[in-house]
Amino acid sequence: MSKIQAAFKNKKLFIPYITVGDPDLNSTKNFILALQEAGAGLIELGIPFSDPVAEGPVIQRANERAMTNNITPEDIFKMLESIKHEIKVPLAFLTYLNPVLNYGYDNFFKRCTEVGVAGIITPDLPFEEHSEIKNFTDKHNIDIITLASPTSSNERLEKMAKAARGYIYLVSSMGVTGERNVITTDIKAITSEIKKYTDVPVAVGFGISTPEQARDISKAANGIIVGSAIVKLIEAHGTKAAPHIAAYTQNMVNAIT
Amino acid sequence: MSKNIENPVTGRFGQHGGQYVSETLMYALDELEQAYAYYKKDKTFNGELSELLNNYAGRPSNLYFAKNMTEHLGGAKVYLKREDLNHTGSHKINNVLGQALLAKKMGKTRLIAETGAGQHGVATATAAALLGLECEVFMGEEDCLRQSLNVYRMKLLGATINPVTSGTKTLKDAVSETMREWTKRIKDTHYVLGSVMGPYPFPEIVRDFQSVISLEARQQVLEREGKLPACVIACVGGGSNAIGAFYNFINDKNVTLIGCEAAGKGVDTNMHAATITKGRLGIFHGMKSYFCQDENGQIAPAHSISAGLDYPGIGPEHANLFDTARAQYVPVTDNEAIAAFDYLAAKEGIIPAIESAHAIAHAIKIAPEMPKNDIIIVCLSGRGDKDVASVAKYKGENIYE
Repeated sequence: MSKIQAAFKNKKLFIPYITVGDPDLNSTKNFILALQEAGAGLIELGIPFSDPVAEGPVIQRANERAMTNNITPEDIFKMLESIKHEIKVPLAFLTYLNPVLNYGYDNFFKRCTEVGVAGIITPDLPFEEHSEIKNFTDKHNIDIITLASPTSSNERLEKMAKAARGYIYLVSSMGVTGERNVITTDIKAITSEIKKYTDVPVAVGFGISTPEQARDISKAANGIIVGSAIVKLIEAHGTKAAPHIAAYTQNMVNAIT
Repeated sequence: MSKNIENPVTGRFGQHGGQYVSETLMYALDELEQAYAYYKKDKTFNGELSELLNNYAGRPSNLYFAKNMTEHLGGAKVYLKREDLNHTGSHKINNVLGQALLAKKMGKTRLIAETGAGQHGVATATAAALLGLECEVFMGEEDCLRQSLNVYRMKLLGATINPVTSGTKTLKDAVSETMREWTKRIKDTHYVLGSVMGPYPFPEIVRDFQSVISLEARQQVLEREGKLPACVIACVGGGSNAIGAFYNFINDKNVTLIGCEAAGKGVDTNMHAATITKGRLGIFHGMKSYFCQDENGQIAPAHSISAGLDYPGIGPEHANLFDTARAQYVPVTDNEAIAAFDYLAAKEGIIPAIESAHAIAHAIKIAPEMPKNDIIIVCLSGRGDKDVASVAKYKGENIYE
């Protein structure tokens, strides 16, 4: 069982997302430690990209802020290396494929292992294209986090579930990232379908921001992923956002456990 | 019926192509792939499409012998494939009529599209009006300013225009925003992608609909001259008019295929859109291909005087034609394009789109060196009315539109 999957053992995880380098690299370091301290079970770290096609306006702006710092993947690896021994929760990168291809797949995943990143989420790598990186992620023991969506057919869900590692990231609704007032997708129906074929946990993301939503959805899932609501706090409080995102995280953790 | 998802290697052109999109969009792509596989062999569909192309868009387009230009250059015979004479003024209508008809057969009621110069947006709005479909166009804010006439044209045709304010506010951001919109709403909506790019099956669908250009041109030149051209020249942004002009000549090994990329202020500056000349292998907008990018794999802002070529990538089939050395790609600067724009207007009384002027510029460069019995076909992909104001401005003249 992978380090990521093991983290879900006997509990439901709250999984926050932040964009690395927003507003700067040193703040990201503090944010990671604060999120861990506040009870985050796993942390998703977004590698900034010029054209984040799957993101809504809030995370697009975070990418833009981070991009102004000209952060390289190597800067990110070094930052993570510097806190490697303080990090107890699993980390996963959320990244578009091009910066990874550009860095070189083999080296990128080698560095991931060295700095303690255990998984990769790529919004532009559907199941059909996993072979693009799979040899390298297998070699370096990195989980490719499979994304499932309300539009995935049962046939696809079966195939994706059987091949899944780490956790399955179930996209709660159509569209891009960002808060939604109401989530109408029948999450339970999709998670039950997935559970027919795998023990790999299912975490739900996209649109979730309130403890009520988290409590409700976590009944049918193993984890709750929140990005935009946290990034919004970082947008509002900048380098001083750590206590704000920590308080938010504690609330969310309490709601789902 | 579903394709085998364990053996995904569909939609590849050599190492390029593929389907690098979100899981949500895979549903729409699968649906499109299956519908297209059915309708491309369907007699009724093809009959209706021919009817639209011939009686609405005005096909076949002329293969015009540019006598004055040929005499002045003193070398190869120059022929112009007059896509500028199509309804809506460019080759874009070929693809749009095909996709809009396909969307209608699929039961879609709404079309969305990206546009750079506005030509594809105008064509999509036109087809939507004709076929009774709703239409929304995404256009970079910067391009809305550069091409305000086309913005109004689209409104007149009943389309809603969404100016895109993210990123560099140009074509690549318009594509991103249209993809985001499609992810939100796929049930009733078809994304009419305007070029031979993006995830499979778009590069194939758009190429098939545009290949009518070379289907006609090949026949026309054989009828006229009894032989094939020495070369075919077309401008390349994403590459739809170029692939259309090349496609039926690909197996004619003696026909040189030349794509003209926008070199903007020069390929030694960082103000260009010369993807083959300066780009590297990458994955973006659903495809693996060549892209202009920085040393960290961030997509580079493109620059060209032509909003239609202002894209930092190139379609995957072109990337493969380059890899296999079947086609060559050359950079043409803003200044060279402007000179060609003026030249064609003065010599032939034809004002080309500034995009097409890139191809004309290369013909002007190579025709004099070629034997007189050789033939060059230039794809004149669009007309230049839309560019008159911005060319005047480029030369320091301000005119009221």
